[in-house]
Amino acid sequence: MRSGRALLLAVALAAAVSPWLAVHPPARQHRDALFAPPMRPHVIAAGGLHAPFVHPLRLVDPLARRYEADRSRRVPLRFFSEGRLVTADGWFPLGTDALGRDVWSRLVTGARLSLGIALLACLGALAIGAVVGGVAGVAGGLVDGALMRLSEMVLVLPALYILLILRASLPLVLPDLTVFLFVAGALALVGWPSVARVVRAVVAREASLDYAAAAVAAGAGRGRLLFKHLLPAALPAIGTQALLLAPAFILAEATLSYVGLGFMPPAASWGTMLQEAASVRAIADYPWVLVPALAIAVVVFAITLALGERGEAIGR
Amino acid sequence: MIAFVLRRVLFTLLLVAVTASSALLLARLAPGDATTELVGENVSAGARAAERARLGLDESPAWAWARWAGRAARLDFGASWRYGRPVAPLVAERARNTLVLAGCALLFATMVGIPLGVASAREKDRAGNGDTFRFRPSQPRKRKVSPFPALVRLGSTLALSTPSLVLALLLAWLAARTGWLPTGGMTSAGAAAAEGAGVLARIADLARHLVVPVLALALPVAATLERAQSRAVARALEEPFVRNARARGIPEARLRWVHAARAGAGPVLALYGLLAGALLSGSFAVELVTAWPGLGRLMYEALLARDVPLVAGCAAAAALFAGLGTLLGDLLCAWADPRVRHA
Repeated sequence: MRSGRALLLAVALAAAVSPWLAVHPPARQHRDALFAPPMRPHVIAAGGLHAPFVHPLRLVDPLARRYEADRSRRVPLRFFSEGRLVTADGWFPLGTDALGRDVWSRLVTGARLSLGIALLACLGALAIGAVVGGVAGVAGGLVDGALMRLSEMVLVLPALYILLILRASLPLVLPDLTVFLFVAGALALVGWPSVARVVRAVVAREASLDYAAAAVAAGAGRGRLLFKHLLPAALPAIGTQALLLAPAFILAEATLSYVGLGFMPPAASWGTMLQEAASVRAIADYPWVLVPALAIAVVVFAITLALGERGEAIGR
Repeated sequence: MIAFVLRRVLFTLLLVAVTASSALLLARLAPGDATTELVGENVSAGARAAERARLGLDESPAWAWARWAGRAARLDFGASWRYGRPVAPLVAERARNTLVLAGCALLFATMVGIPLGVASAREKDRAGNGDTFRFRPSQPRKRKVSPFPALVRLGSTLALSTPSLVLALLLAWLAARTGWLPTGGMTSAGAAAAEGAGVLARIADLARHLVVPVLALALPVAATLERAQSRAVARALEEPFVRNARARGIPEARLRWVHAARAGAGPVLALYGLLAGALLSGSFAVELVTAWPGLGRLMYEALLARDVPLVAGCAAAAALFAGLGTLLGDLLCAWADPRVRHA
């Protein structure tokens, strides 16, 4: 559990300082290095230690896009220059894509969009779920029944289809900010029912305890009772729900952007990066375009570890 | 029991109606219309207006919905604007393909996940339970710890961490690299052309195309089932009735595989109701990566073409699929546990 949280924190930190971690500007196209393979930095040269350097690539077969490391030349890595942790001309730690953009730089930049959208959507879903579940738990009766049937309907429907239906109401091409807000909002609309059900169960249980009765006796109204006394008791359960929802949200963004209904190409998100992997040929010949898929797997892995035994998501 | 089923069927019908109606209205609200793609850009305004009138794009959305709903109640979902064919058979054909994919995935996940879950359920250390009487508490009994549960747990954690989209891409890479399996589609072009090919050959061809998408869809689900089953069996193994059975001399294997596994079936069956929606969501990604001609792809194409009746038809099919899956899951639960029937 602790290792999961540490890994998650590391990824979030990397996303926060991504401009510093990126080796090149994420949008810069290196026209002489399309589909360049990943390059390893070296520290040993001529049998002795050497300041870290890379061998630049040389295109040996333009047709098959085959590169070879030029062993005769060394490009030293420059640390803490140009506002970056490390950089070097013509160094691509994880290779480049079809337009010659550095995959590593786009990966850390894209983490902001992909994880940011999941974070915002989580907050939205938790807020809606907490309010709906709380109201249902306190009100009981007809309101409770209606809200729970509604949550059941949303819960049963396949999330991606709801997303697609909501997406159908907007133009196909959208600016990045609109996509960000729309997808986060739509995901919150899809994700709230599971939160609401858990919160309702906790709130209904807590409402029958003595401290709730004491609060009512002291003159607390329904709103105060719910938000000051009952919802805080549901906080641990809400935290678990956030961890359960986050992987699905990250994945939904990736899927939407992958099929071209989310962020649009110049933007770097893990989903738009995976568009490079849309053709089987590209996957087979340049497997490093799949790196964003691995990044998703790592983040979901960290969340699974952080969750531990506390509960499990359905499928994925 | 009949009231229970009726209630669930009504719920499913309501689900389908609400989903399809919102899909229709939202798709109509979108700016841009289907005529640009259908008649092209270089046509006279008159021809475009005629096309708009033919498709009913000039009506108010409410009126269009009312007309659509009236026909849909008689199971006539109109004709697709893009394909010019009735929506119902078009959707049914694609839904069948998705059903094949999701059904195979569910079967595979069940056959892998459930037995592994039963086998890997770890009993809590019995020495730690206060109710076990032992002579000489000073000498702790050495227990052989098998690495099997830990291995299964590692595997299920990894499988849970690779969602279907990721897994489909990785498997496509593997298939493309090794050339062992086809990377996309449902049938190979050669097999479809060979009229003389027998039924068996065609099934074998389909099976080869199924491997990648089914694995991608099924592994995370199998991991979910394994986790749930393992937890349920571990809990059941601590129950008094298992201890009593053990005292009667029932062998450990039978305790685990028959007594505890059956007692733990309830919570796992409850999962199945929710799996239908998860499978559909997952199959959307898998269908797009592996070019499987299923419902998800049809919905996607309809969305791009602004084909309003087809979008509504696909949404209806997805809701029906999810609703029926939940209904089946609930029926299984009610059959296994009488308390559910009266809830």
